Amino acid sequence: MTQPLVEVSDLTVTFQGTPPVHAVNGVSFTLAQGEVLGILGESGSGKSVTLKTLLRLLPERRTRIGGKVAVEGRDVLALEGRALADHRGGVVSMIFQDPGLALDPVYTIGRQIAETVIRHEGVSRSTAMARALEMLELVRIPSAKRRLSNYPHEMSGGMRQRAMIALALACKPKLLLADEPTTALDATVQIQILLLLRELQREMGMGVIFVTHDIGVAVEVSDKLAVMYAGSFVETGSVAEIIRDARHPYSQGLLAANLVGAEPGALLKAIPGAPPALHAPPVGCAFAPRCELAGPRCGADPLPLWQARGDRWARCVAAAEAAVPSHAEP
Amino acid sequence: MLIFTARRIAYTIPIMLGVSLVCFALVHISPGDPLVSILPPDASVELQEQLMAIYGFDRSYPEQFFRWLGRALQGDLGNSIATGRPVTSEVMNAVGNTLILAVTATIIGFTLGGLFGFVAGFFRDSWIDKLASTLAVVGVSVPHYWLGMVLVIIFSVELGWFPATGAGPGGSSQWAWDWEHMSHLVLPAVTMSVIPMGIVARTVRALVADILQQEFVTGLRAKGLLDRGVLAHVIKNAAPTALAVMGLQLGYLLGGSILIETVFSWPGTGFLLGQAIFQRDLPLLQGTILVLAMFFVILNLVVDVVQSALDPRLQRG
Repeated sequence: MTQPLVEVSDLTVTFQGTPPVHAVNGVSFTLAQGEVLGILGESGSGKSVTLKTLLRLLPERRTRIGGKVAVEGRDVLALEGRALADHRGGVVSMIFQDPGLALDPVYTIGRQIAETVIRHEGVSRSTAMARALEMLELVRIPSAKRRLSNYPHEMSGGMRQRAMIALALACKPKLLLADEPTTALDATVQIQILLLLRELQREMGMGVIFVTHDIGVAVEVSDKLAVMYAGSFVETGSVAEIIRDARHPYSQGLLAANLVGAEPGALLKAIPGAPPALHAPPVGCAFAPRCELAGPRCGADPLPLWQARGDRWARCVAAAEAAVPSHAEP
Repeated sequence: MLIFTARRIAYTIPIMLGVSLVCFALVHISPGDPLVSILPPDASVELQEQLMAIYGFDRSYPEQFFRWLGRALQGDLGNSIATGRPVTSEVMNAVGNTLILAVTATIIGFTLGGLFGFVAGFFRDSWIDKLASTLAVVGVSVPHYWLGMVLVIIFSVELGWFPATGAGPGGSSQWAWDWEHMSHLVLPAVTMSVIPMGIVARTVRALVADILQQEFVTGLRAKGLLDRGVLAHVIKNAAPTALAVMGLQLGYLLGGSILIETVFSWPGTGFLLGQAIFQRDLPLLQGTILVLAMFFVILNLVVDVVQSALDPRLQRG
């Protein structure tokens, strides 16, 4: 097998402070060239933090990162100065949740895209502007030429997100990170952006890591899914496997709480309780306090793993026991 | 942009009219007869009425206002009651002197204030920030007439480096760009620069710290910009607000500081205003206030236009 595009192993991220926050606790995954991974989880589960680690965008002074993060075999955590800046936007780029906040309000769209191209490719201003125009056409912004000289506030939310995508893809990155890119948009615009992203991903053959709390969105764009809870992946698998055959009670809960396929008039089944405050790394299963199947064995550390394949697994006592009936408790 | 500028200029006309009305009214509302100071205490009623007629005080207020305004538009602000000289030339001479002082103080204050504020905001909570913030607070809080006197004691009386009063050798009020004159400028300009320095430093620090918290800065880093690239964005984002504050400060400085100009006997508008008030010199007072108010209006216009050129979001509405 060739070298994977992304290789993350045993990633931990701690924000120092009083009290400290253990935002990510032992995340491992790999992503092949051209593959789309959807990370699914609720707010505070550490999905955005995981994403930002790939670009080293977390505040340096109060963040401690452990484990290994490699993109194209290069150790991201060891990058410094200019090498880090070359990595950002050149090899890996990112689109943000709210393009209204993530674009500079006092620079035109064209300049913001051109600036990135000049920074990474050292081309002239006019070449960079031509590329910016090309990118706006690629993301199908109507009358792209006029839009080049627009400021972010002169565009609608959907247009801004298209511009953000154009900006992120301007230097042909190998990996695109998408941090809930459709959450701030209307439902109709949302689906347009998702379709555009999927199309561009196939065209350019990029790897994509797509973070969302919306299972419908995750299914739409991803090849494989990872369900994240309290800073750890609790289950991974292909989209079909997770939708049809979720093994972790948390994944099952997320699916049950979703509108898609719900009976009209029926009450949605919400997951009771709230995620834990991560002031200490969780011992055993972090989901146990909210889980219907929880028992004394959920405190085990390390937790037993149910695993069908290298990237098809769930970290849950109940799932592991169900798969091996002889071990089930009476 | 052109339409915005034209509209903004049109807005200033009613403002200027209102300002001139207030200037005119201010003097007539204040108690005391303007002629008292030039009439002998035992003046006859006839003499009093004769003078009233000469200065036009016997007419109705609207008539007085429009005659005054009409002449003011032609550059005639009447004659000073105390000296008999035309107010326009007195005021213009003082404005020139104040301008020299204010612009010098502005350059010192804005450069240092902007620099301190920027560095403090960029390296927030470091020792540099603490030092710059302390300097800014001291600058805003210290009474500047007191500071002026302290500077005079140290640099004029003790060290003898700079002259303490006046705008030139031999009490001349005609400015020239030679060392003789410039050495007179140093102490008042430094004293005057302290307040805008403090205010600008604090504003810029808060601005820069706020901008660095915004998500688009993360966006800039995410696309691989180096520190100096990010810096350019931060400056452009901070500029409109910083400019507005600086414009206001420059406006205050142009008004001349009565206190500082009095401490240093600097023949500017503040000094003139002080004189006019103490001598109840109505035409002089009116004319000075009017000219200063017009400066303020024009300055605000310039700031607005420059600001909207820098921040396109302001052009709407």
